[in-house]
Amino acid sequence: MIDLQAFFNTADHFLLKYFGLSLFKSLVLVGITLLHVAYTTYAERKIIGHMQQRLGPNRVGPRGLLQPIADVLKLITKEDIIPSCVDSPTVFKLAPFISLVAGATSLAVIPIWEHFVVTNVNTALLVVLAMSSLSSFGVILAGWASNSRYSFLGGLRASAQVISYEVAMALALVGVMMLAGSMNLVEIVKAQAASPFKIYAIPQIIGFFVFMVAAIAETNRTPFDLPEAESELVAGYFVEYSGIRFALFYLAEYFGMIVMSMLAVVCFLGGWYGPFEVPGVPMFWFLLKLYFLIFFYIWVRATLPRYRYDQLMGLGWKVLIPLALLNIVITGLIKVLV
Amino acid sequence: MAQALEIVQKQVDSEQWDEPYLVNMGPQHPATHGVLRLFLELDGETIVRCDPRIGYLHRGVEKLSENRTYAQAMVLTDRLDYIASAANNVGYCLAVEKLMGLEVPRRAQIIRVIVCEMARIASHLLWLATHALDIGAMTVFLYCFRDREWLLDIFEEICGARLTVSYPRIGGVRLDFNQKIIDELYRFTDEFPRRIPEYETLIDVNRIWLKRTKGVGVVSAEEAINLGLTGPSLRGSGVHYDLRRARPYLIYDELDFEVAVEFEGDVYSRYRVRMKEMREANKIIRQCLDKLAECEGEPVVADDAPDLLMPLKKKAPQAAPHPKRGFLIKGVEVPVVPPGEVYFAIEAPKGELGYYIVSDGTGQPWRVRIRAPSFVHISALPALSEGQMVADIIAIIGSVDIVLGECDR
Repeated sequence: MIDLQAFFNTADHFLLKYFGLSLFKSLVLVGITLLHVAYTTYAERKIIGHMQQRLGPNRVGPRGLLQPIADVLKLITKEDIIPSCVDSPTVFKLAPFISLVAGATSLAVIPIWEHFVVTNVNTALLVVLAMSSLSSFGVILAGWASNSRYSFLGGLRASAQVISYEVAMALALVGVMMLAGSMNLVEIVKAQAASPFKIYAIPQIIGFFVFMVAAIAETNRTPFDLPEAESELVAGYFVEYSGIRFALFYLAEYFGMIVMSMLAVVCFLGGWYGPFEVPGVPMFWFLLKLYFLIFFYIWVRATLPRYRYDQLMGLGWKVLIPLALLNIVITGLIKVLV
Repeated sequence: MAQALEIVQKQVDSEQWDEPYLVNMGPQHPATHGVLRLFLELDGETIVRCDPRIGYLHRGVEKLSENRTYAQAMVLTDRLDYIASAANNVGYCLAVEKLMGLEVPRRAQIIRVIVCEMARIASHLLWLATHALDIGAMTVFLYCFRDREWLLDIFEEICGARLTVSYPRIGGVRLDFNQKIIDELYRFTDEFPRRIPEYETLIDVNRIWLKRTKGVGVVSAEEAINLGLTGPSLRGSGVHYDLRRARPYLIYDELDFEVAVEFEGDVYSRYRVRMKEMREANKIIRQCLDKLAECEGEPVVADDAPDLLMPLKKKAPQAAPHPKRGFLIKGVEVPVVPPGEVYFAIEAPKGELGYYIVSDGTGQPWRVRIRAPSFVHISALPALSEGQMVADIIAIIGSVDIVLGECDR
């Protein structure tokens, strides 16, 4: 990677010089993440299948391994229907992209390895939080533009949910910032490696818990999947979508899940550092932790029923936010005393 | 967006900010258990008014029965509550037998109890599965279907059909059990009590489930009686009323089982009642299997049972009565079925399933009226759900256990 940097630096073209490496890195990152998203859906179906005593996809390719590709092909070739009574076709068309772009942009600042981060900015944590808030705009706009009552309810639920849980999540991350003394994610990982427990999940156990719950809510996954509650709102905000736009919403959801898991790995689980170094694969530990967290998401989905709207709000405002504030106080006390 | 702004503008002008938000839920909706259509008036997420609209699955079962013989009409009853068709069949046969004054052999009665209780378990399993799916617990759904599959396989072994069994017939049952079925049922009754805790570990200790079901859709005992609720939905409110105990039919008075009653009257207590009932039904099947061994080899159809090919109309007097075919009367004008009317109700899995039959003496019923528990339970939905949240109505629909095939008939 260092050699690559040198190669691009010696290149003449200014675009290549300034953007080349970033472009290359982001392409690699988006490619890898897309592959991960595709196979997360496969893993989800397989794991939930086995948890529910059935097989999951096993027809396309060996052990159903080509299923995600078949799904993507199917969704691309489907007709992209825009209902005639849609309130604003432009917004309707745009909404899935807002969701996806906002979800995927966060990838740019998340360090997968010390030397593999597309843009190493000092406000990385803020960027991630801002982007995850932005992605809810896609949901709200989709719900509103669809001009359908179910979509509208779903969009409203999504906005209320994201706003409440955004607060809890940001507050949970404040403890991490206080301990690390930085908002640069690379610095946070390095500070963790230097800390006595090696990971922040132990001193920041309350913060970690609040963050995980808020992250599930943020990505609209079970048990907080109210905006798309299948049995109440049919599919919630994307009930009017079809074809590739429908797929984009799914993609955004899984992007969100992966980004949130990456953030948890970086902020709480020590990033790319592990008990020992695996030669040749510097991001081995990062990926291992990431896969574990994604498995956790899937596991939760197979186990838990759905919260009710008021209970969800109650949990967010009455339990998670006070817990996160308590965590900040405790962290501050520790900082003062130690 | 312009359209939305226009609407908002209009509302500001006419000061109609409090205009209710109307949502049309169904008839194609994953959580309405068929083709129920609910017209909801919402205030935010709270339900102000709930107006059920039914009739999307109306097939005219009652009217069709008037053009069929008693034996043929039984097949239509399969299509009422298609989840527990054996119970419908038994109820209908019992009503017709009461009208005819037929005595059913003991072995047939025991077998009928077994299939009724099997249907009860199958129905409650499907209920639990869909109820859990509505609340969002997908795993319970598949666990329940696994065990229901086993029961359906046994039904297939008994009579060849899995869902619409048409197994009982007027005067008994069509076929006797063979040894394989009895062995399989013994295996099932051994294994099933161990399966119930599997669902309960996913549900009873789950805080989200308890939050979603406790204190939701509460109906007091008095209100439940006034609304006409029957079956588990009534017993969940603390009313000790079970037709199997209150007015025993078949051999229920000889059997040792408890009537499941819970007192809170909410969604959770109705769930507890059904879980308890599954255990009791399992016990009943077990006792019946033991009783079945005592009357091995006895007939399963009454001697004077009418032939499956009942005459459509009264035969004109021609000759002497046919010696074998009891009701193919020739010679003297005798009514095929005694004229009169009869009401007979059984404790179906969903509640009190009653058949009211009027006979004019021909081989066809003059009028059949079915008292379907689902119909009554749907009419109770507004009282149960008003003032609750949107998410609650899903849980409430699930908890009163409706099947639209039975409601619309």
